[in-house]
Amino acid sequence: MHYAQVFINGLMLGGLYACIAVGFSLVWGVLNVINILHGTFVVLGSYIAYFGYAHLGLHPFLSIPISGAVLFVLAYLVQRGLINRVIGAPVLTTLVLTFGLDLLLNNAALLAFSADYRTVQLANPLGSKIVAGLVLPLERVWAMLLALGLTGLLYLVLVRSKMGRAIVAVRTDPEAAALMGVNVRRTYAITFGLGALMAGAAGSLLSLIFPISPLNSGEFLGLAFVACVLGGLGTVPGAMIGGLALGVIQSFAASLIGAEHGLTVAFVLLVLLLIFRPTGIMGRKGFE
Amino acid sequence: MKRIALTAAGIAVLAALPVLGDNYLLRLGTMFGMYAVLALSWNIIGGFAGYPSFATAAFFGLGAYTGALLQNAGVPMPLAWAAACLAAALFAAVLGIAILHLKGHYFAIASLVVGEVLLEIATSWTDLTGGGTGLNLPIIRISVDAQARLFFWSMLTLGVLTLALTWAVASSRLGFGLQCIRQNEDAAAMVGINTTLYKVIAFTLSALFVGGAGAMYASWVFYIEPPDVFHVLTSVKPIVMALLGGAGTVFGPVLGAAVFLVTEELVWRNFLDIHAAVLGLIIVVLIFFLPRGILGLVRGRPAPPEGAAPLAMGREAQ
Amino acid sequence: MSKILALERVSCRFGGLMALSEVDLAVRPGEVLGLIGPNGAGKTTLVNVITGVYRPSSGRVVFDGRRIDGLKTYQIARLGIARTYQIVQPFPDMTVLENVMAPAVFGPHACGMAEARRKALEALEFVGLGAHAHMRASELTLAGRKRLELAKGLAMDPKVLLLDEVNAGLNPAEIDVALELIRRIAERGVTIIIIEHLMKVVMTLCHRIAVLHHGAKIAEGTAAEIGRDPRVIEAYLGHRYARAQGAEVPRG
Repeated sequence: MHYAQVFINGLMLGGLYACIAVGFSLVWGVLNVINILHGTFVVLGSYIAYFGYAHLGLHPFLSIPISGAVLFVLAYLVQRGLINRVIGAPVLTTLVLTFGLDLLLNNAALLAFSADYRTVQLANPLGSKIVAGLVLPLERVWAMLLALGLTGLLYLVLVRSKMGRAIVAVRTDPEAAALMGVNVRRTYAITFGLGALMAGAAGSLLSLIFPISPLNSGEFLGLAFVACVLGGLGTVPGAMIGGLALGVIQSFAASLIGAEHGLTVAFVLLVLLLIFRPTGIMGRKGFE
Repeated sequence: MKRIALTAAGIAVLAALPVLGDNYLLRLGTMFGMYAVLALSWNIIGGFAGYPSFATAAFFGLGAYTGALLQNAGVPMPLAWAAACLAAALFAAVLGIAILHLKGHYFAIASLVVGEVLLEIATSWTDLTGGGTGLNLPIIRISVDAQARLFFWSMLTLGVLTLALTWAVASSRLGFGLQCIRQNEDAAAMVGINTTLYKVIAFTLSALFVGGAGAMYASWVFYIEPPDVFHVLTSVKPIVMALLGGAGTVFGPVLGAAVFLVTEELVWRNFLDIHAAVLGLIIVVLIFFLPRGILGLVRGRPAPPEGAAPLAMGREAQ
Repeated sequence: MSKILALERVSCRFGGLMALSEVDLAVRPGEVLGLIGPNGAGKTTLVNVITGVYRPSSGRVVFDGRRIDGLKTYQIARLGIARTYQIVQPFPDMTVLENVMAPAVFGPHACGMAEARRKALEALEFVGLGAHAHMRASELTLAGRKRLELAKGLAMDPKVLLLDEVNAGLNPAEIDVALELIRRIAERGVTIIIIEHLMKVVMTLCHRIAVLHHGAKIAEGTAAEIGRDPRVIEAYLGHRYARAQGAEVPRG
């Protein structure tokens, strides 16, 4: 029974990880850029949810459209203005650039919000429900369902919409896509914006569960890395499975060896995966 | 010839610091020596071989803890420093065999995460490392002035050693082979280069003196804690310095370390709470306005395709 | 028959795809062997198997009396097998001279920088790139880069040279120059395997020709024998044409 609870806890965590990872994976797969900013994007989403509740009484779940839209616009502009100029440059260039931009943005967040950890205290929480002996904290259950729902929505957008097909075409072969009339630069910017939108939405959902501070950005980034490599890079289902698997693994690790080692376990797992199976548990070849 | 003269002049200016200056200048000189060691070392794997390593923090922290633990166990300081060099090199050799088959982002991430794992281990292994509360080192029983001089000269010596190593690599078959690997690894194997061996050697050499610098740093500041010595910025700063001066060149990283240190120092003194932002700004400016570094600017060769790093060593190698 | 290089029942499988199946091939010292076949016949795969880029799924590769399948690419190169790439692979930021020095420094007769420089200059003179020695490799024309590939192969002073479509993309005049070069390399006693699409090249240069089709060797012989072989005609021109031709063969 205990293990069933640990498993459920892991799934609830993993749904959120999937939502964080999927945007990161999309940007990595399509732009071939590792976006170090992603962790700070998640944190900014959380702050939007926090201030939305503190000042407007808006439930964090309802802040998702706002945090998603704000981060989409921010990321779109950052991509168009800066990152677009280094697309196709060596890995080191794009990595160092997004690292530098993250230092800037994270520092700005620290100045604006301070390093203090904040939490959203709902006036009327839903509480927990016990089903078949399992404790289900309802906020967390809803957060997971919304996270997976958004991830699924992104998948539908990629597969069904015209814009989504353009993104997939650019990922497969940018030159061929350009010949077919796709505006590649704009598609890159939209992809980057979508990645940030998912990060912002994940931030809104996380605001009910994790304390909020700019200092957390590194952890979210690390989780996105691990989930991506775990599931295999560049696909939505891969990120989803990677996120869920990571949540479950962390949950078990926390119950067996202590919660403070959760991130360590994730990182050790990442190193082992990279050494022995860089294509992920799905076995798909990732984008380099 | 001109280069040797410039180097000699640079060393002479630094050597004059203890005569001219107060302990603040000596501290700056010591930092310069340390930064030069880190930037030059990264340059061997990142600049020459073209592998985007983010493992400097891992080597630095490992060296710091090795040195600190040995000194606390009664090993004399210089021996502890030497042992730290070897520990970092050995670790890099094993790590290199495991992860140097990865390319691009995968290699970058693997090397970055190794530092994070070591950080977590150092934090958790309280019995050995003191965990999050950190580790104190034995106090050196000499005057504050004498200490400042001691660490200044030690770090500077390590910097000169790393420069000599860099020069030796650049002017040898190893350097030539690494240059081939950076430009086209498949073709490098096809002309008879044992690419795996060369990459592992480069990675090992890039860790050797970083381990020593970590141990010296620990002795210098008397106290280390995991988030300090394994900080991710310790991996990023050397890259920025090397790119700033000119990656893949022998003297670029030294120049980059000096420019970086001066900039950082001005910011530290005047705007402490935007330290990270200024580093970020330096990076953005660097990537967009100085893609080939200061030396690239001076030499004025046309930018190669895909922003590849410049190559001075080929010519020097002949 | 003495052989310098032999493939014995070599197969190479990628997932469900049989890129090479049971290929036997032997090359005599000093021979110029042509390897032809339609696109996707497995010619480049064969070169990659010989040079250790791929490991054969079964079969053996023997070079100079020594089994080399399973060796690493650089080990095989050091034994004296050089190759050129279909898609040229220079070290783009190095000078032409440095490009050619690399195989001299690291190849089978590894030597110091000064000696390598001398060998490289000689190879560059030989292929007619002497005047471009100090240009960056990426600044060469396509024909120049093809010749650079040849010079890189020569600077290794190999026993066997594998030429993978060195003429693709060249105009007729450039091809004639390249042909003359290859002929002169062969005169130095280097064993050569030429992979080609252009029949003219193969027919004029090669002592013997082997034909690959769908990963299998379907014919081997002199140029004249190959030109009459109905299986070869079928592989290249299709069924109907082969039958029309094939009817004549028994009579002639």
